[in-house]
Amino acid sequence: MQSILGASAQDSGVLAEPPAYIAAPGYTGTAIVLHWLLGLALVVLLCVGLYMVGLPLSPQRLKLYNWHKWAGVTILALSLVRLAWRLTHRPPAAPPMATWQQRTAQATHLLLYVLFLAVPLVGWAYSSAAGFPIVVFGVLPLPDFVAADRAVAEAIKPWHAGLAWTMGVIIVAHIAAALKHQFVDRDDILSRMSLQKS
Amino acid sequence: MKLHFAILAVALLAANALAQQRIVPEQSDISFTSKQLGVPVDGRFRTFDAQVSFVPNRPEEARIALTVDLASVTLGTAETEAELAKPDWFSTKQFPQAIFQSSSVKALGGGRFDVAGKLSVKGSSRDVVVPLTLSQSGGKTIATGAFVIKRLDFRIGDGEWKDTSMVANDVQVRFRLSLTGVPAL
Repeated sequence: MQSILGASAQDSGVLAEPPAYIAAPGYTGTAIVLHWLLGLALVVLLCVGLYMVGLPLSPQRLKLYNWHKWAGVTILALSLVRLAWRLTHRPPAAPPMATWQQRTAQATHLLLYVLFLAVPLVGWAYSSAAGFPIVVFGVLPLPDFVAADRAVAEAIKPWHAGLAWTMGVIIVAHIAAALKHQFVDRDDILSRMSLQKS
Repeated sequence: MKLHFAILAVALLAANALAQQRIVPEQSDISFTSKQLGVPVDGRFRTFDAQVSFVPNRPEEARIALTVDLASVTLGTAETEAELAKPDWFSTKQFPQAIFQSSSVKALGGGRFDVAGKLSVKGSSRDVVVPLTLSQSGGKTIATGAFVIKRLDFRIGDGEWKDTSMVANDVQVRFRLSLTGVPAL
């Protein structure tokens, strides 16, 4: 009991990896499913976003924009679930690695969680400011938390793109680091996220 | 002879009253809402003019003409506005103005009227009935109303945009016109 209290006081942040002695044996099935589901959805949505902005105005582009918004809002909602899950379920300890690597991994995960929420929220704000409120799946109107204003829309737009690009770069780094651990360090890190285990 | 004078006097008075009726553009507003995949998108016209000769207790003589500069539309982003000017939409080079010309006005009581007339947009004309509500204060008459048009009646959103599951056929038009010189209700 003493050691658990001591450990939580030392935690540098809510998403910090806990010390090994109180860590869970592995990620929960829910955490693993959310990881792959949202990971895949985010990569697809980043690609769709990148593709659609270059299209000339057409019904096809209008469709893609709306699907992009619906998917973005769905990802936002699932990310909130994922964040709540992460805060209430301790992840397993990291395999043995240098402290700087652990710190980098923690910072990367924290930043990803921030971006999971920030990118769709900023996109939603841009859509509202541009005068196109979001109606999820064409039936559920979302409130505009930013009033329609062209100057505001122009100011917000580069932030959605910039934050999405940042997230894309971090996702690539996250995948590269996982592959490096798996195939160079051979610490079998991927088994922690295996869907078969769950 | 006396009767003739009386008629002439009334006619002159009426003509005088009518000549002074003017729209106050900066206090007036013409806007519309269209739906794209269920998303209501508001647009607005900045430039329009009206010729009004309207005596509330003689609606049968009323004449109302409204012209709207379609190039003055504001909707969403600059990109959507540029799109609206194209031939598939307003085709503003060929058809710069939408025109409404009243044919008859029916008083419904309580400051409410039904204005029947012809709406011409992009080379197509349709008969419409526009409900109008008048309110007066401080020498100003505010005419408000809303009606629904079918965009495809006017070939607005032609070609690949005809699909009404993408952009709904119904477009709601709302107006608030501030007029001076309209006689008391």
